[in-house]
Amino acid sequence: MFGAFSTNHLIYLLDGLLWTVILSALAFLLGGIAGFFVMLARISRFRWLRRVALVYIQIVQGTPLLIQMFILYFGLGVFGISVPPLAAAGLGMMVYTSSYLGEIWRGAVGSIAKTQFEAAECLGLTRWQALQDVILPQALKIATPPTVGFLVQLVKNTSLASVVGFLELTRAAQVINNSLFQPFLVFGVAAFFYFCVCYPLSAWSRSLERKLNVGRR
Amino acid sequence: MSVAVKLTNVVKRFGELEVLKGVSFEINSGEVVALIGQSGSGKSTALRCINQLETIQGGSIEVCGHRVEDPKLDVRALRRDIGMVFQSYNLFPHMTVAQNIMLALRRVKGMRKDEAYEVAKPVLAKVGLSEKIDSYPEQLSGGQQQRVAIARSLAMQPKVMLFDEVTSALDPKLTGEVLRVMEDLARGGMTMIVVTHEMGFAKRAANRVIYMHTGKVWETGGADILSNPQTPELKEFMAEEL
Repeated sequence: MFGAFSTNHLIYLLDGLLWTVILSALAFLLGGIAGFFVMLARISRFRWLRRVALVYIQIVQGTPLLIQMFILYFGLGVFGISVPPLAAAGLGMMVYTSSYLGEIWRGAVGSIAKTQFEAAECLGLTRWQALQDVILPQALKIATPPTVGFLVQLVKNTSLASVVGFLELTRAAQVINNSLFQPFLVFGVAAFFYFCVCYPLSAWSRSLERKLNVGRR
Repeated sequence: MSVAVKLTNVVKRFGELEVLKGVSFEINSGEVVALIGQSGSGKSTALRCINQLETIQGGSIEVCGHRVEDPKLDVRALRRDIGMVFQSYNLFPHMTVAQNIMLALRRVKGMRKDEAYEVAKPVLAKVGLSEKIDSYPEQLSGGQQQRVAIARSLAMQPKVMLFDEVTSALDPKLTGEVLRVMEDLARGGMTMIVVTHEMGFAKRAANRVIYMHTGKVWETGGADILSNPQTPELKEFMAEEL
């Protein structure tokens, strides 16, 4: 019953890798958009809005992503809402991403001196204009390395989507291993694939950090 | 002469700490007033209240017809009438000198890029930095940065200019070049409130001096009060400054 690892298996894994990348990209895009609003809420003038955002972040960051996915996938199913695996995984990853990116970006915005805001407002710019023209372009520089760094976490964490039946790289490896029983080989190849995606990202993040630091004052 | 800025019994608290304890003064259009006093006397806070960078807890402030403490105040309209220059320059580091000056012209006054540029050029010439128009702030000395900050403010044609210890971060030589620009402005009839430790500037350029002490206006008068103080506190302050 122990078959050999064949090209078909490799293609199956590569297909899984493709879905891992798609899920990561989706989570990053949607989570990034949501995260931008989380950041805006965190620096809002309204106390209640800052509170709401903080509670959201604490709940998301204070519970395991796996549990969040279970809730989305199985929990909603109980109410008769059937959630396809891609939607459950995508939504779960998006929520997770939005809370982390929101907080990373708030930190970047917060690290720009308050006096920059003041200078812009003294010139008559609105808060939004000040944010757009003065604060965000500077914060972008600071936020880029940790954002790319977070992307590495994101790619790795998409493996959790395997538990809601989403056929990404980890799930594909499980499926193959169930028939081949060669865990070292199969999961080793999967791990190598993850590494191939993650290593360039973290190397990029580090080089960005070096470059952007040189540019600062 | 019309009144440009009028503070009446202004009270400002930071939590428990009362920083301004009923501050009143008036500044006429075209007047140059030096606001002096020890650190912590409330002079910078008073200045920041004028353009609502700080909200006040009591009293009233009137600037060019705007009631600053009015909750219905149009803050942007207020700030269009007031220019402010800070101790730490606060130029936008990711923009060139031209872009720094043009930003508000375009975003607030809605000028086209070329219109804004035509405004930026002469104000920059006024502070003697025409050749730096395409430089980034980090390529300029502190004194040059501060002069750009003044130009940026001037470009908006404010009715009143506020200066918050604008030379405190500069060495004497650079201080001199910034003060010269300010003295030019003063001669040109700009209404200026200048928080400063530069007694020389106060003597040369100020029509009036307001000495603040422990959150109150302690002594006020012409520049001659600096050489002939009436209160022991100002006498002591002047002794320390020299």
